[in-house]
Amino acid sequence: MKNSSKGKFGQFGGQFIPEVLMPAHEELEAAYEQWKNDPRFIKELNYYRRDFAGRPSPLYYARRLSKKYGHKVYLKREDLIHGGAHKLNNTLGQALLAKYMGKRRLIAETGAGQHGVATAIVGANLGMTTQVYMGAKDMERQRMNVYRMELLGAKVIPVTSGSQTLKDAINEAMRDWVANVEDTHYLIGSVVGAHPFPSIVRDFQSVIGIEVEAQIMEQEGRLPDSIIACTGGGSNAIGIFYPFIDNTEIDLFAVEAGGAGMQSTKTAALHSASLCIGEDGILHGARTKILQDPYGQILESCSVSAGLDYSGVGPQLAYLAQIKRIKPRTASDKETLAAFHELSEIEGIIPALESAHALAYLAKAADKGELGEVVVINLSGRGDKDLESVLKLEANK
Amino acid sequence: MRIADKFNELTRRDEGAMIAYVCAGDGDTPGIVHTLVNAGADIVELGLPFSDPVAEGPTIQASIQRALENGMNTDRYFAMVKDLDVNIPLLVMTYYNLIFKRGLKKFTADCRDSGITGIIVPDLSMEESGDLEDCCIDNEIDLIYLVTPVTKGERLDSIISRSSGFIYLVSRLGVTGARDDVASSTNELINRVKTDIPKAVGFGISSKEQAVEIRKGGADGVIVGSALVDIIGSGKDVTKRLDALVRQIKSGLK
Repeated sequence: MKNSSKGKFGQFGGQFIPEVLMPAHEELEAAYEQWKNDPRFIKELNYYRRDFAGRPSPLYYARRLSKKYGHKVYLKREDLIHGGAHKLNNTLGQALLAKYMGKRRLIAETGAGQHGVATAIVGANLGMTTQVYMGAKDMERQRMNVYRMELLGAKVIPVTSGSQTLKDAINEAMRDWVANVEDTHYLIGSVVGAHPFPSIVRDFQSVIGIEVEAQIMEQEGRLPDSIIACTGGGSNAIGIFYPFIDNTEIDLFAVEAGGAGMQSTKTAALHSASLCIGEDGILHGARTKILQDPYGQILESCSVSAGLDYSGVGPQLAYLAQIKRIKPRTASDKETLAAFHELSEIEGIIPALESAHALAYLAKAADKGELGEVVVINLSGRGDKDLESVLKLEANK
Repeated sequence: MRIADKFNELTRRDEGAMIAYVCAGDGDTPGIVHTLVNAGADIVELGLPFSDPVAEGPTIQASIQRALENGMNTDRYFAMVKDLDVNIPLLVMTYYNLIFKRGLKKFTADCRDSGITGIIVPDLSMEESGDLEDCCIDNEIDLIYLVTPVTKGERLDSIISRSSGFIYLVSRLGVTGARDDVASSTNELINRVKTDIPKAVGFGISSKEQAVEIRKGGADGVIVGSALVDIIGSGKDVTKRLDALVRQIKSGLK
């Protein structure tokens, strides 16, 4: 008997989920197909994008950074989007879709808290009950975001199972969905999970790349030579890459968290580099590249940034890496912190630690000649949320 | 022993099947399995613990975590199962990544060699199960499919047509965990699943009363997991209490 080809990117993707969730995925797929090209849906989504989220976000020519590294460096300012990160692009789209589907309740998982905040924002705005699952360890690391979500009327539920981080929050959100599938939409925060989630989230995030295309043509009169984006689950990366996928003259760099080093212990990796050195496996509903032990137990991941701290990666990114369309790279915690300071000091922009990985790769690769002349970096979020953890890290040095 | 042989035997005796789940590596598993069988368990589902068990409630999650901390892994699992001396169908319940990582052919051959005759994979949908189904057929193993209160229409028909051994009816929306009632959706589900293949109801079964009601509703067996795992997790009078619970539930199926 042949396996289904539905939702596959090469050998990756698919629908490896409990039977109880299959009808919900089918319903979501059908609803998305029904509404995604519907003028009323598009009009409403565009209204929220412009007047509520603040789109389009600027493409900013980083003059001093460009001078320092000898490239023309442009920053896609997703840090200026309402909520402080690109996450709202996805939550707006999915929550609106859920509303069209007649769902009244949103649940979400969150790592750094950015996706939780972005879900709480749309939940409040659209009048939907919102519950966010968050690893207890992450809640400690990101207290301000927990308070933000609560302020926005969401209930934050601590997850104390497993490693108490993002992957466990996803497990718990899936368990909730299994029990409440009839009135609840699981608003997944990245291009992960079973079909149709990786495609839906990619489509909603592609607004980033579509804007970049128009903006860089206006400012440079040409397309960029390379695009750099940090990659955890990979939603900001595929969002900015996707419209350029067919143009193979543009190099696409997916920068993963190198953490404290590229090694692993028995139960945990010291990094989150599933694209770079992960193996084929099944996690959270999809076949993709994952960090696992020789038996297939999932390894905990590690990164200075909670938003990249994930043992898997979106299945389409795994495929694009396999066919060598994107170039997976890493930046270590140390390189990331240096980039975090650098952008703050020379451009007056405090980047999220996640986005600082992409900036760190600019510093690493600037002399190697692989970036070309015009470089676009996805500045996926702002760093205000990270100040407390950076302060703590640097006090412990 | 093949699952069908066991159900044929039970049909002749006009009994429902008491199917017991425990997680391998949590407690003295060989001792626990013998206790279950001696008390009247007809089939034992032996969990192979996975780090990210999305279909499990807190009780079984904790059991899986203990098992992993005790060093249970796929090699040790098959070695242990091979040494079990029981004459009932033994099934493995695990998540797909562990099967995928070992290789579908090797995993199913290991099942056959160690005496396992059924596989339950709660995170493997019908869409993705074709490859494993082929390997199961090659090794004379039943791949058990789950159906739920939201599985309907053509989808239900397809799953039934691909099932062998028994069909696992998930009695309610939600994860595993002991309850003391029978969900109203259960009888409706039993009636909706029209097939000659035996039907076993799981998720939330913990008492004789529930077993009686489910048997009366037309099911051929019940699956009991969390209620047994609760006893193992408590560490108190484990053998005695497991024995008593299995006997009690089995008495409701006769």
